[in-house]
Amino acid sequence: MEETHSHEPAVELSPTRRNFYILFINGAMGLIGIALAIPAAIYLLFPPKARKASQWVKTADLSSLPAGKPTEIAFQRTRADGWQLITEKTTAWVVKQSNNDVVAFMPNCTHLGCAYHWDDASHTFICPCHTSYFSIDGKVLGGPAPRPLDRYAVKIDSGVLEIGPPEAHA
Amino acid sequence: MRKIIDWIEHRTGLETAVRNFLYEDIPASSGWHQIIGSAAVFFFIIQVFTGGLLAFNFAPTPGDSYNSVRYIMTELTGGRLIRGLHHWGASMMLIIVVLHMLQVFLYGAYKKPREATWMIGCVLLLITLVFGLTGYLLPWDNRAYWGTVVTANITGSAPVLGPYLTRLLGSEMGVSRVTFSRFYALHTILLPPLVIILIGIHIYLVRKHGVAPAVGDTAPRRKFFPEQVFKDTVGVAFAFIILFTLAVVADAPLGRLADPTDTAFTPRPEWYFLFLFQTIKFFKGPLEVVGAVVLPGVAVLTLFLVPFIDRGPMVRLGKRTFAFGIAILGILAWSSLTTAAVLTTPPNPEENGLAATSESETSIQAWQHLSPPELQGLALFRKENCKACHPGGGKQGIGPDLTKLPADHRNAAWLVPHFQNPSKVVPGSSMPPVQLKDAELNALSAFVLKLTPDNEGSIMSAPDYVVQGALVYQDNHCNSCHQVAGVGQKLGPALDGVGERHDRAWLEQHFRDPQGTSKGTIMPPYKFSAEDMDALCKYLLQLPKAS
Repeated sequence: MEETHSHEPAVELSPTRRNFYILFINGAMGLIGIALAIPAAIYLLFPPKARKASQWVKTADLSSLPAGKPTEIAFQRTRADGWQLITEKTTAWVVKQSNNDVVAFMPNCTHLGCAYHWDDASHTFICPCHTSYFSIDGKVLGGPAPRPLDRYAVKIDSGVLEIGPPEAHA
Repeated sequence: MRKIIDWIEHRTGLETAVRNFLYEDIPASSGWHQIIGSAAVFFFIIQVFTGGLLAFNFAPTPGDSYNSVRYIMTELTGGRLIRGLHHWGASMMLIIVVLHMLQVFLYGAYKKPREATWMIGCVLLLITLVFGLTGYLLPWDNRAYWGTVVTANITGSAPVLGPYLTRLLGSEMGVSRVTFSRFYALHTILLPPLVIILIGIHIYLVRKHGVAPAVGDTAPRRKFFPEQVFKDTVGVAFAFIILFTLAVVADAPLGRLADPTDTAFTPRPEWYFLFLFQTIKFFKGPLEVVGAVVLPGVAVLTLFLVPFIDRGPMVRLGKRTFAFGIAILGILAWSSLTTAAVLTTPPNPEENGLAATSESETSIQAWQHLSPPELQGLALFRKENCKACHPGGGKQGIGPDLTKLPADHRNAAWLVPHFQNPSKVVPGSSMPPVQLKDAELNALSAFVLKLTPDNEGSIMSAPDYVVQGALVYQDNHCNSCHQVAGVGQKLGPALDGVGERHDRAWLEQHFRDPQGTSKGTIMPPYKFSAEDMDALCKYLLQLPKAS
């Protein structure tokens, strides 16, 4: 290195002045860091504001559903996928006990999300991945599932079953 | 703590490296004028940081990129701020880089042995401009798209290299998806590492030769840390406060989705290119390449060669009269060209892509509620260039604000005679007569009557394809059987929301052979030119459902 690292004594700063400089440098850069880090964290971690994707979907006529027997129905729903509204086909296990008592279970096992199915012979929902099994009203009968089957909100409008957003799980 | 530092120092030598960097000797004459370079580095870091955050949520294809930017601005908490920091940061970065260059120029710190440092600095300036240029396209709104069209055309006009550059830009058929991908790749993948390396070399060279001392400075040297670092930090903090304030109070712009068919939109580049935009206007026809390519090229080359043009020894700042002269001339030229550009370029109608609700795919714009005659009126408004005197958007023009007409003017009975003979109806008016047929004057007045201060922005920005389609509809008198937005007859079905019932292929077939497509209909077949069919179908398909 040429002219820079001379070994003549450089001008000395008074300790108070020096400390003031160092304090200011650390303080200002610290504040700037926080002013950038906090918005960045919020931006990355807060969920996006809810979009009004169509919440309720008309699915099947109630009369077409057999009473007491779970039926898997498929329907189209729109949901927000980032900046797009996408229409996707999805399913629900619907159990109609009576015209006033209809439940729609979300199709994923509450353990790790595999698609379970209804087994007539054992009169239970069975998940093939880790053999969790559930009763007709969704309660865990065995296996590693941590909670009962999740449900969609449902409503009945002029004899037609409407499926809505997922209900918060217990 | 000391033990950890010792461990790191022993394995990597990091502590010594940092100490050497901080305790560098600098001339006693160093001072506030030399803080600008550090501010430039700091702003680069902010751009990389905020840019990276934006890239986490950015869709890198044209069109979808627009949706994702909207999403960032309106649906992600903090998104507006992060984008604001990036957008205003870009402009501030350019200003800071130019100020840094100006300081080095005035002080003559480019002289031997610092010529290489200067030239790398010139490259850094150019790359900063390319960053600005490539980033400008990414939101893919009208402003981004059309501004880039102009840039691509200018690049294509370069002598000898023009066609190759056009091919490199992917813009042989106009600004395309290929252009977008290349700009995105440059902006996020290729240029950042290049700039980091060049900044590294630049700083290395500054260190190698030492900070340039003022002439005759023989005082004992000082340490970089903490005094000069303190001054750098003050500068950085000050600039950051300005940046943060801008990001909070001023929205980074987002207009309407780019419409390549919109010939009414006036292309504008980013503000720091306006001077070039203006210069080109002085060179008409075949001379255009002189203003667009040759002059800027010569200017950049001269900038590079400054250390070889001015080889004299360093002199005191006060004696740098010629340098000051050049600098002042440059600043005056740039400012006057930029001001001229701002004053003489017709403004575009207020395009606020954020004004709609967050459900961009499903929200209905105000212009979608216009009936076909009202849209015809808009087409005529544009064709007659009424906005030359009635600029709208609250701006002061020669003519009055059309959204705030007095009650006794708000009817066709007043408006139509006014169009036909303005100075008779409003004595002293400088408005020329509007030379249109009676039916057209009625459409124009229906349109004007629809305007309110709230919907004006949206209505004025109705896409061209919609307006053209409405014109085809009107010219063919479709409303003698059909209704749109409550206007028309009821012989045939209302056309509101027809896009939800039928697709484009069905519509075209129906025009060609109504009897075959809709049994029992009395609709006659229509033969449209390809252009008219395209416009009409696009217009019909976007009609919202009847509210």
